[in-house]
Amino acid sequence: MIYQPWPWYVAGPLIAFLMAILILMGKKFGMSSNLETFCSIGGAGKFVDYFKTDVKSKRWNLFVVLGSVIGGFIAAHYLTPNDAVDIAPKTVEKLQGLGFESAGTAYLPTELFSMEALTEPKVWIILLVAGILVGFGTRYASGCTSGHAISGLSNLQKPSLIAVIGFFIGGLVMVHLLYPLIFGA
Amino acid sequence: MIVGTILGITLYKSEAASWFRIYEMFQFDSFHMYGIIGSALVVGIILVQVIKRSKVKSFFGEPIKIEDKEKSFTRYIAGGTLFGLGWALAGACPGPMYILAGAGYWPIFVVIFGALLGAFLYGVLSPKLPH
Repeated sequence: MIYQPWPWYVAGPLIAFLMAILILMGKKFGMSSNLETFCSIGGAGKFVDYFKTDVKSKRWNLFVVLGSVIGGFIAAHYLTPNDAVDIAPKTVEKLQGLGFESAGTAYLPTELFSMEALTEPKVWIILLVAGILVGFGTRYASGCTSGHAISGLSNLQKPSLIAVIGFFIGGLVMVHLLYPLIFGA
Repeated sequence: MIVGTILGITLYKSEAASWFRIYEMFQFDSFHMYGIIGSALVVGIILVQVIKRSKVKSFFGEPIKIEDKEKSFTRYIAGGTLFGLGWALAGACPGPMYILAGAGYWPIFVVIFGALLGAFLYGVLSPKLPH
């Protein structure tokens, strides 16, 4: 059973328990602040005061990152004999219309996340721009899915609700308005 | 680190780290992602309330303080929207990025590099941005 995709009612509560464990350890559940810590470690403090922080106090979170790398490795290599994601037939149809032939047969679209895809300059630009938006946006909003949608909303924080509404505005604009421009034709 | 490992396995196995699931979510074609986030929230709200009211100490004996988020509108809506654009394009947020790196999807490193660049840019520009 562990080899099959896990249903939402297993994953969701598990994520909440992991958050509670972090809180009980005196920490908090938030992945995007690590991006800042990496910048600080990389010496960004030399250029901008913003990154002059005490890296030591944030080191625990880097271990969460390291753990999730290991978790990804274990899950992909030992726990998932068939990694095709069984998305809705409607979704497959929409994606094929945009040129994503791998829809329904892979974990990530090979059109973006394979070594062959990296021979296309356009793919580099898409991945890089997407990354910049994620990095800039999460720091501006001071949180991402884990910090706002899970931790913040669990603590009934209004700012987190505003941020999550923002996530959806951005996500819907991207998928419905920009995808046809980026991937269509 | 163990928390991270379990998180990594959970997000990978529940397909929350899959680009396809994120696209499907923004198309409202499946309940899957809403189920994950929704059930995490229901359980999360209960656990946070229990922790707050019971005044339990942390594993290290310190009092637990869950800080409120700073009040503002602009930074959350603007930053949130920019992140949403990136999330839907990369199909990965700052947790799954590392999970996918571990799973061996090498192009994700381009996204991670971009995210570091984006965080750095924010640090540079933040004094000039409305918050």
